[in-house]
Amino acid sequence: MAENAEIWEVFIQSKNGLAHKHVGNVHGSDKVMALENARDLYTRRNEGSCIWVVKATDIISSESEDSEVFFDPSNDKMYRHPTFYNMPDGSKHI
Amino acid sequence: MNEKKFQERIDAEKKIEPKDWMPDDYRKHLIRQISQHAHSEVIGMQPEGNWISRAPSLRAKMILLAKVQDEAGHGLYLYSSCETLGVSREELIQQLHDEKAKYSSIFNYPTLSWADMGAIGWLVDGAAIVNQVSLQRTSYGPYSRGMIKICKEESFHQRQGYEIMARMASGTPEQKAMAQDALNRFWWPSIMMFGPHDADSPRTGNAMKWKIKRQTNDELRQSFIDKTVGQAEVIGLTIPDPDLKWNEKRGHYDFGEMDWDEFWNVVNGNGPCNKQRLAHHKKAHDDGAWVRDAAKVYAKKNLLATN
Repeated sequence: MAENAEIWEVFIQSKNGLAHKHVGNVHGSDKVMALENARDLYTRRNEGSCIWVVKATDIISSESEDSEVFFDPSNDKMYRHPTFYNMPDGSKHI
Repeated sequence: MNEKKFQERIDAEKKIEPKDWMPDDYRKHLIRQISQHAHSEVIGMQPEGNWISRAPSLRAKMILLAKVQDEAGHGLYLYSSCETLGVSREELIQQLHDEKAKYSSIFNYPTLSWADMGAIGWLVDGAAIVNQVSLQRTSYGPYSRGMIKICKEESFHQRQGYEIMARMASGTPEQKAMAQDALNRFWWPSIMMFGPHDADSPRTGNAMKWKIKRQTNDELRQSFIDKTVGQAEVIGLTIPDPDLKWNEKRGHYDFGEMDWDEFWNVVNGNGPCNKQRLAHHKKAHDDGAWVRDAAKVYAKKNLLATN
């Protein structure tokens, strides 16, 4: 039995100027095939203006089981949000 | 994470993602259900592919081609989400070929006339939509996202089928008879697509507890029938069930009992087209082996050249 072709994760920019968004993955033996397969599979209805494909094995993900600890450093820094600050009554455009 | 914590996440409507801890049986249930769903999309291309070369107009041919291509795409979305559970595409295809994995029995019925393209789009895709809309809320993230994508694309399928039925039903008496005949043949297999009654469906309990399924077979079937009866009336066709009638008290249609002997007979491999469908899939897969091999060698050669 032939080995699996590599898995590539697919990111699509739906419109010029917007960020690329993850939509799923495709199999492909090389980058050209991965890109063409992604086009055929994920943009049959003009969903995209640009596609990225990235080898799935090249993506490093945080572990969702450790997410509490991992994201903990930002939990107690409310002063990073604009709503933390008291503005004098009557002040505008700020 | 243990099973209790897992269940708490499920109960809180949190999605489970590929790297999260999950009970073995949850994983197994998903692999079985998603792969069966994927195989159904792919095998489902055959009964319709049968009519591409004989479509009655260029418009009809282009639509049918696009629809069959969509089914291939839906199969791939589903294989993709199944693979996130740690099973490979090759294993999944092998399970199909070894008849360890099933696909929807509806695709083991032949497509005898052009009206069958109408009946399949209207009824088979209609039933699939009811099921898939419900599964958009399934607890496994990749499956849920696949369902959302599929549902967006699926409504064109049902509408093109209903349009075929409506046109034939308002055509010559012969055309109307063909449409009615297609409805007669596809009605019962379509409502059996939702599976056995809840009482006879041993896996429903876990699937509901884990929120893999959000509605039971009988609830989904009822919902499909309630939607479809009016559509048949609008185009002047008769649903072939003498017991079908509106029940004011329940607020639903009552309907007759399905032929479960036939259902299990087809599930167990003895439907009109089981052997043909599987043989064709195997042949297409084997015939494509050289392409997969060549692509791999080509990629290797290119890699060597660039290093």
